[in-house]
Amino acid sequence: MPEESKPGCQRPPIQKMNVETDISTEPVKEAKKSMIRVGKPAPNFTTRAFHQGKFKNIGLSELKGKWVILCFYPGDFTFV
Amino acid sequence: MGAEVLSVSVDSVFVHKVWNDIELSKMIGHDIPFMMCSDQDGSIGRAYGIYDEDSGVETRGRFIIDPDGIIQGFEVLTPPVGRNVSESLRQLQAFQLVRATGGAEVTPSGWKPGKQTLKPGTDLVGNVWKAWKVEQAFED
Repeated sequence: MPEESKPGCQRPPIQKMNVETDISTEPVKEAKKSMIRVGKPAPNFTTRAFHQGKFKNIGLSELKGKWVILCFYPGDFTFV
Repeated sequence: MGAEVLSVSVDSVFVHKVWNDIELSKMIGHDIPFMMCSDQDGSIGRAYGIYDEDSGVETRGRFIIDPDGIIQGFEVLTPPVGRNVSESLRQLQAFQLVRATGGAEVTPSGWKPGKQTLKPGTDLVGNVWKAWKVEQAFED
């Protein structure tokens, strides 16, 4: 029987299938992680966004010339 | 302060819309003013080093990016602890001041708008103790 889990801000780890391709991609992920440094360029990205009633496509590079505060968070409807 | 705010999570834009419509807009009395970005495959989070592979979500990473696209500062918290918005704004104002003065003025510990800055130069070497007191770091 599946047990009820209490809602919280911290998500339990996902039990992922052991896919072998994960092993080969791991060094790439590690390399990307080490790229973030102050004084260095912010990685560009393009994605979809919701903004005041509309869905939009946004690229970070479109915001050159402006100060940007980029905030990540664990998920909508989390509590804090 | 003229900064553009972007929020990012692994939720879809549809979930962002519903969260805005049924909860956040009621909290603040109007729509969320900034763009709520979707990063469903975690690729943006990975590029910024804040994607948690174990739980499949993004941690509370906050990055200040200047008009040239350079990261000036960041802070990363685990999910249960919220950020201090005033501290992010204080840092933004400090970075903007430094940029506006071309680095002629810098902001010592505890600086806020209106408080004393320091002007780096040969005269200041070894003399910060005369120009700035430790207590100033704790004053409002």
